[in-house]
Amino acid sequence: MRKVTTPLTKSIRKKLRCGEEVLLSGTLYTARDAAHKELAQLIIKKKKLPFSLKDNVIYYTGPTPKREDGFFGSCGPTTSSRMDSFTPFLLRKGLGAMIGKGRRTPRVRNLIKKHKAVYFLAVGGAGAYLAKKIKSSKVLAFHNLGPEAVYALEVRNFPLVVGIDSQGKDIYG
Amino acid sequence: MRKIRVSKIRNTVRELCVKANTLLRPDILRALKKARKKETHKTSKRILGVLLENAEIAKKEKRAICQDTGFVSVYIEIGQDVRIIGGGLKDAVNEGVMKAYKETFLRKSVVRSPLLRANTGTNTPSAIYTEIVKGNKLKMTVVPKGIGSENKSAVKMLNPTEGEKEIISFVLKVVKEAGPDACPPYILGIGIGGMFDKAPFLARKALAISIIGANPKKHLRKLENAILKKVNRLGIGPMGFGAKTTCLGVRILEYPTHIAGLPVAVSVGCHATRSASDNI
Repeated sequence: MRKVTTPLTKSIRKKLRCGEEVLLSGTLYTARDAAHKELAQLIIKKKKLPFSLKDNVIYYTGPTPKREDGFFGSCGPTTSSRMDSFTPFLLRKGLGAMIGKGRRTPRVRNLIKKHKAVYFLAVGGAGAYLAKKIKSSKVLAFHNLGPEAVYALEVRNFPLVVGIDSQGKDIYG
Repeated sequence: MRKIRVSKIRNTVRELCVKANTLLRPDILRALKKARKKETHKTSKRILGVLLENAEIAKKEKRAICQDTGFVSVYIEIGQDVRIIGGGLKDAVNEGVMKAYKETFLRKSVVRSPLLRANTGTNTPSAIYTEIVKGNKLKMTVVPKGIGSENKSAVKMLNPTEGEKEIISFVLKVVKEAGPDACPPYILGIGIGGMFDKAPFLARKALAISIIGANPKKHLRKLENAILKKVNRLGIGPMGFGAKTTCLGVRILEYPTHIAGLPVAVSVGCHATRSASDNI
């Protein structure tokens, strides 16, 4: 199985093929509905983003709160389609890859191809299993959003499947 | 008249919330194991293995099966010979939910106003449904449901002259639209009858019924089997990669309806559909 590490540069992204299983290590940034809305607003207003999107990976998730041991108990993917209307803004800012579950719109698929980005799938409903792949985490932005805040996660061998590759090939057709 | 203290209700709700969120239901666990055994699609078989491993980790380490620990619906059957003492029923239920979500580090996913969107920070209020029944017991069922699957649920007002065929085609349409997005293999709760509000209520309630064992009503049993068979021919499979197992079980509840209507609702449940019950 192919192992890749962040930042996911264009040359790495171009090697990944639709349907391929991948183990990802490095930094992931969590962002879901409310954080996407905030990020898109900042981009529209030409304001500075709390973290660089260039070649970085966004994970669509809202983890359970940290336990006494300092780790999330459960941290699996949420439905990606709810981010579709905001994704074009983020791709234009150089976002390298996204992790979620389920289908994307044709528009997002085309933009993934245009920007040579990648859309990964993680196993939905396996939050306890996936949380164990996270080695550390810290809150980075939008703290007031609670479970929807942006966290930087350090992961090791996070198991993924390529859902849409940089050529726009989509596992869901 | 049997007296039940609210503290007992609060503790029961707390325990049920923790149980539902950290222990995969035994009927679903069995269905997943069976599905894994007969699955021939290689990746799907591996995914089903991950789901079983996930359930094992959640159980052993008291973690939430899924990070979406849901909006909690609580169904309470109150025996008419029960008197609740020491406080209000609603407060007791919400305090139980609050305690469970705080102490077990479950996610708080409730916003006060659907438009203003401020998180209440406690995962309350829950939706509480009470029904007065005979006897001196209190039966509580807790259903914490994630919204990934809930967003795919639907209701349709069919014509009274329509029937099984149209119900099946509506269910297939709902499942196709859910596709890979709502964590298949699915459990389908179906509510038929009543008026516009009753069918979805029954559909959600049906999700709390074990998928092992037969529906006591023969005509519903037949319909459940027909739907299960047809949904599993859709070839969606775990993560939607195309495999045999798209649906683990179908449960139907019905209620009398108007001569001129046939309301049908489908509550889509993910492979981690959660519920827990107890009698006080």
